[in-house]
Amino acid sequence: MALDELDELYREAILSHVRSPRNHAVISDADVTGESINPFCGDEISLQLLLDDSGRVARVGLQGKGCSINRAAGSIMSEAIRGRSLDEIEALSNLFREMMRSNEPAHAEWARLGELEVLSGVTLFPVRIKCALLPWSALDDGIEAYRRSLVP
Amino acid sequence: MFDVKKVRQDFPVLHRQVYGKPLVYLDNAATSQKPSSVIQALVDYYEGYNANVHRGVHALSMEATDRYEEARVKVARFIGAPEPETIIWTRNTTEGLNLIANTWALDNIGPGDEIVVTRMEHHSNLVPWQKLVRERGAVLRFLPLAEDGDLDLEDVDSIINPRTKLVSVVHMSNSIGTITPVKELAAKARAVGAAVAVDGAQSVPHMPVDVQDLDCDFLAFSGHKMLGPTGIGALYVKRDVLERMEPFLRGGEMVLEVTYESASWNDLPMRFEAGTPNIADSIAMGAAVDYLEALGMENVREHERQMTRYALDAFKQLEEVDVFGPDDADKRGGIIPFHHPEVHPHDLGTALDRQGIAIRTGHHCTMPLMGELGVTATGRASFYVYNTEEEIDLLVDGVREALRYFTHGPG
Repeated sequence: MALDELDELYREAILSHVRSPRNHAVISDADVTGESINPFCGDEISLQLLLDDSGRVARVGLQGKGCSINRAAGSIMSEAIRGRSLDEIEALSNLFREMMRSNEPAHAEWARLGELEVLSGVTLFPVRIKCALLPWSALDDGIEAYRRSLVP
Repeated sequence: MFDVKKVRQDFPVLHRQVYGKPLVYLDNAATSQKPSSVIQALVDYYEGYNANVHRGVHALSMEATDRYEEARVKVARFIGAPEPETIIWTRNTTEGLNLIANTWALDNIGPGDEIVVTRMEHHSNLVPWQKLVRERGAVLRFLPLAEDGDLDLEDVDSIINPRTKLVSVVHMSNSIGTITPVKELAAKARAVGAAVAVDGAQSVPHMPVDVQDLDCDFLAFSGHKMLGPTGIGALYVKRDVLERMEPFLRGGEMVLEVTYESASWNDLPMRFEAGTPNIADSIAMGAAVDYLEALGMENVREHERQMTRYALDAFKQLEEVDVFGPDDADKRGGIIPFHHPEVHPHDLGTALDRQGIAIRTGHHCTMPLMGELGVTATGRASFYVYNTEEEIDLLVDGVREALRYFTHGPG
């Protein structure tokens, strides 16, 4: 039995993140915290961001329980957002979501996503898209709550 | 025993392919496939005698009413209910359990009263009671699980006690397959004056169930898990309990006489069936009962017992894969939940899907039970009358291949 067709989904770069997830340590003095749960499968993610003086992400912490796609998406995301401002992260989040909604995994536009582009194959497996979006939900919710907390 | 090859001929969907491979449908605990006779019953109604029931004087309405009430008689007989009036049509098991929580329980559960459930309930036999005990100042108590996935009944006589007003238990676990001793629990409930509700979503489709033998007050089940269409289910309520129950939904069809100020209630079971009911699906659920009765429920149970035994043995070839629930096929239904410590069920499910094998992955609406098992999710294969040992072989081979893929990487 051949599982070759799974390779579009489980690319080597994805499996590498599954085997050694980046930015796994919890940040106890985080500025931004977010949590997200997938009610369909019980997968869960906790996220912390520490911002530097200019408001850019200095450190990321990401922990969770979930499938390979979820874990890889979280790990790649945690690398992609380091050094970015919250506005830049929002733009990145929107572009990533756009890729997930599209039916064009090979579109040139996705190159702007950097390493995140490796997840484009997920769109060929529609039921798994929400696995890839779970860390982004934690991130978006966390940023939104943080921004609300800044409003006097 | 019936001929599975012949049974398979009756189910059109089993002849399709998925990703170029024959469909191996092992997600029956979620929903079953439908035989042609059930599909035809829907077509016959809509093409031949579509009309509203209980209110027309014309031929189509009378025909529809006859068939609709005939289906109720079939469903009643199927579960050993003494009279068809004790069968209330619902959408599904969840609605049946919520109906109990929103009618009988409101009038019978007060502060300090106790409701007993098990630690393996589907969310639908847990969440409605959580709301009720919160609002009523009542207490929810749990029958624990033993190591082997059976109920641990050591403390049952303190858990079911004179404060207990309702024992509401799953008959066959949708997550780990365990068949619970409902009859014994019902006797214990009776002894302390408590009522008994049974979640029959998995038991009624797969084994003989007799409400008089169980001596339960309520039995909720779904049509779509027993070869019938989605959107139709039934709730059995013991006659004397039903007669004292307040209506759930109010409106047309459930009333006898209405003034601008007040209303009186129609006879049973219409009192509980406000509004135009799901006529077509009720009739088709009756057709599903016909199909299962022709096979014989003892035979259905025996077929699945053999499949379960075969699957439990086959899974033992897969080292590192845990299978949950009782190891004895006599104590469980055809539901095989499995888990590998390093490969997430979702990834496994996707790999099997690409081989044409449909299983369920996730928490199966039993999140607290997943916690008890020490996992967040499992893969789950579940069988029915059309499944074969060859399909179990394909499943086990598929799982083996998928594990190799995910633990050794692509290629």
